[in-house]
Amino acid sequence: MNIPVKPVSTVELSKADFVSKQTVRWCPGCGDYSILANVQKVMPELNIPRENIVFVSGIGCSSRFPYYMNTYGLHTIHGRAPAFATGLKVARPDLSVWIVTGDGDGLSIGGNQLLHMLRRNLDVNVLLFNNRIYGLTKGQYSPTSEQGKVTKSTPFGSPDMPLNPMLFALSAGATFIARTFDVDAKGMQEIFKEAAKHKGTSFVEIYQNCNIFNDGTFSAIYERSVREDRILRLKHGKPFIFGKEQNKGIRLNGLKPEVVDLRDGVNENELLVHDQYSRDRILANLLSGFDYPDFPVPMGIFRQVENSTYEEKIEEQIKSQIEKKGVGNLEKLLRGNHAWTN
Amino acid sequence: MSSVEAPLRAKSVSSQVNIPKTELEKASIRFAGDSGDGMQLTGTRFSATSVMAGNDVITFPDYPAEIRAPAGTLAGVSSFDLSISSNEIYTTADFLSVLVVMNPAALKMNLQDLEKGGILIINSDSFEENDLRKAEYSENPLESGELNDYRVVQIPITKLTLRAVEETGLSHRDGVRCKNFFSLGVVQWLFVRSLDQTRDWIEDKFKNKPEIAKANVLALQAGYNYAITTELFQARYNVPPAVLPSGEYRQITGNQAFSLGCVAASLRSGLSLLYSSYPITPASDILHELAQYKNFGVKTIQAEDEIAAMSSSIGSAFGGVLAVTGTSGPGLDLKSEAIGYAVMAELPVVVLNVQRGGPSTGLPTKAEQTDLLAAMYGRHGEAPVPVLAPATPGDCFYMVLEAFRLALKYMTPVIVLSDGGLANASEPWIIPDVDQLPDLTSNIHTDPENFSPSNRNPETLGRNWAIPGTPGLEHRLGGLEKDIVTGEINYEPENHEKMVLLRDEKIRRIVKDLPPLELIGPEKNELLVVTWGSVFGPAFSVINELQTEGYPVSMLHLRHLNPFQEKLGEVLRNFKKVLVPEMNLGQLSRLLRAEYLVDAISFSKLQGRPFLISEIRNRVLEFFD
Repeated sequence: MNIPVKPVSTVELSKADFVSKQTVRWCPGCGDYSILANVQKVMPELNIPRENIVFVSGIGCSSRFPYYMNTYGLHTIHGRAPAFATGLKVARPDLSVWIVTGDGDGLSIGGNQLLHMLRRNLDVNVLLFNNRIYGLTKGQYSPTSEQGKVTKSTPFGSPDMPLNPMLFALSAGATFIARTFDVDAKGMQEIFKEAAKHKGTSFVEIYQNCNIFNDGTFSAIYERSVREDRILRLKHGKPFIFGKEQNKGIRLNGLKPEVVDLRDGVNENELLVHDQYSRDRILANLLSGFDYPDFPVPMGIFRQVENSTYEEKIEEQIKSQIEKKGVGNLEKLLRGNHAWTN
Repeated sequence: MSSVEAPLRAKSVSSQVNIPKTELEKASIRFAGDSGDGMQLTGTRFSATSVMAGNDVITFPDYPAEIRAPAGTLAGVSSFDLSISSNEIYTTADFLSVLVVMNPAALKMNLQDLEKGGILIINSDSFEENDLRKAEYSENPLESGELNDYRVVQIPITKLTLRAVEETGLSHRDGVRCKNFFSLGVVQWLFVRSLDQTRDWIEDKFKNKPEIAKANVLALQAGYNYAITTELFQARYNVPPAVLPSGEYRQITGNQAFSLGCVAASLRSGLSLLYSSYPITPASDILHELAQYKNFGVKTIQAEDEIAAMSSSIGSAFGGVLAVTGTSGPGLDLKSEAIGYAVMAELPVVVLNVQRGGPSTGLPTKAEQTDLLAAMYGRHGEAPVPVLAPATPGDCFYMVLEAFRLALKYMTPVIVLSDGGLANASEPWIIPDVDQLPDLTSNIHTDPENFSPSNRNPETLGRNWAIPGTPGLEHRLGGLEKDIVTGEINYEPENHEKMVLLRDEKIRRIVKDLPPLELIGPEKNELLVVTWGSVFGPAFSVINELQTEGYPVSMLHLRHLNPFQEKLGEVLRNFKKVLVPEMNLGQLSRLLRAEYLVDAISFSKLQGRPFLISEIRNRVLEFFD
């Protein structure tokens, strides 16, 4: 048995080929529209036959995504998209599998499934739409909502500490971790393409605005007028420099990172330099902790390392067992080792 | 000690030198000891020897949920039963002819099952004050007279074993561990069995630990020799070979039969197999077994939880492989939402549920039939699922094939209900002829012309199976209600009702595809005993006896529980009374009453153990008082 080769598309496809007939039913102004459009835009560039692409989702606003993609799709049950995708990808390593989930679906009800899929390094792509709210159930706080968040279910403020999705993915051993945001078309496209190319689980957190129940939750970070001062665009091999004037940087002071002003005589050599291919998790861990207002919020690829994938290991075992024992013979198997005749 | 002469249902006596050989039609033996004493292994080896000697053999292991409860305590007792016979048997005997106990706790827990006059072999080395205290004996039973009704054979098994293995230089701890083979040696002598096969097995099993192999062989031989030389027994017992239907046989447990059935289904359908499951007693052995069959292209996933096991199975079914998962009660609960999804998405998945005592964690290692209604109805919404139940360990093989046949043809999840008894019990099984196994056809569809995921076979209503990788068939499946024609999301009230009825009708149509009912006995009679699952064994034994004795009783065993086979209502109405013995509070009888308005009388047992033959017999006889 050969390990299936991922087929390459021989037909020229366009964005329109990836638009399904189903009317899109998100609220007007929702950040999901832009994510959908950019995924559809990127798809033809991946050179994967359309019939070999599967979008798998759970439950929530973002999880309606597969219905709008003219590919194969499974809209599953709440939180379990990673488990459905695991079965699918192990059964069919030749497919390009994309999981669309949200902060509630992926990190609350489905935390366990996401954790174990990341740990196994299944070769799939995860797009986690983080809007820090439950939208489909009409506005309760989510596991990424800030502490004290006032919602319908927490009229006096949420007592929960929020979960950091990047630290979650990192501690599960994710081999590709990236963040982007719903109004950055260029950034999204670049990351989606890299995610698709990566062998192993690609985990992409997308800051997404819910204009109905949590409008402006990320405005302080990515609103156009302040954006360049509050986000850090990651580029492999480049020092951590940000700001409208590109005058701010981040360096280590002992074990602690600190923001410095390059105009204060700080030399660029002193700044931290991005290394997304580093096998240890130290830098990615540091980046995952950066948050507004103390630090700029990193956007881009935090970590990208090679490792074996779950389904590849299974295929290897099958291959080596066949080499060792030959293709299984049912008659022999049924007879077992201690048959007798009456 | 008393020496009450119990005939052990002896037929004839032949003498040989000093020790006479008694021929028996059947005998039942139990090895009981601490969880760590190796009783399961001892029992398994003795049954293997008996099988090779041509007996019909039924085994029933009984072990505690605790892996190693404190040594010597009542909670830690593990036992292995086997009945051997020169006729066909269908269940283990109600009472034991021979009981081997390795300590006082094993004695206390098992003595009630030994027939009066039965042989009781005791490891007398483990009856010190401390051992008795752990077993909660205030007085030494070896001295109190409470064993007077049995033929007691005391053997200092531990000391003799240590002496026998001395030459190997094994540590005291490792030496003591050989004592199960000493006890096996004694029993092998008692039943006139050669040691050759056991010796070969030990040497093969411990081929990488030659000193352990040697010690075990020495202990086995020492036990055998000890029995020869000490004249502990007044007789040896020979159970002649059984006259079984001719053919090639092997020994098989229910869980093994499930595993082999899955592999056979894969080869017969031409689809590769993916088994995804979360470890749970008593179903884990299916995962262990299938994980070995990588050279059959079998893929296994040890999922992170029961929900993921079910979900990944459905995901793999979407990918076009043969999807199966296995579990037990608590896991079935957790899988129920995803099973409902498979009903909605119409994807073929087989769920093997090895029932155990419930609710909640219940009795993890014991058998019950309490999941029938959960399998039938344990999902929100109208979510009908075919339900099957094997009757014997070997039947698990055929029921898996049947489950896949229905799953693939009708595009539906199918639940198969086994139980902790069938899972671990073993019986001789005629090895099936591979060419005679059913071909499993599936609804795989590749033509993009007018394709809709809602297209279905007009006869079976089975939906077309369109698999990723097929150009032009890109479609989306989901848990939301779908349009009856296009398969797109549709919330319209009339469409929903049509879809509910369609999913219901699809499962009902399976009736036409099932074999006819097979009555055991006349089709009109005073009493009908209806059974399902493992109750087949004891009930069939009883009905055979009673029919021979001339009682107007028939039996009907159901392997299809949803839908029921055709004409079941008519069959039931041909009897004045209907009795349903079940290891639950009347779940099948409730279904029969609801479906056919017949007065199906429930007979329950909920002790985590199978019905005794006598229990069913006595209940049946109440109808003829």
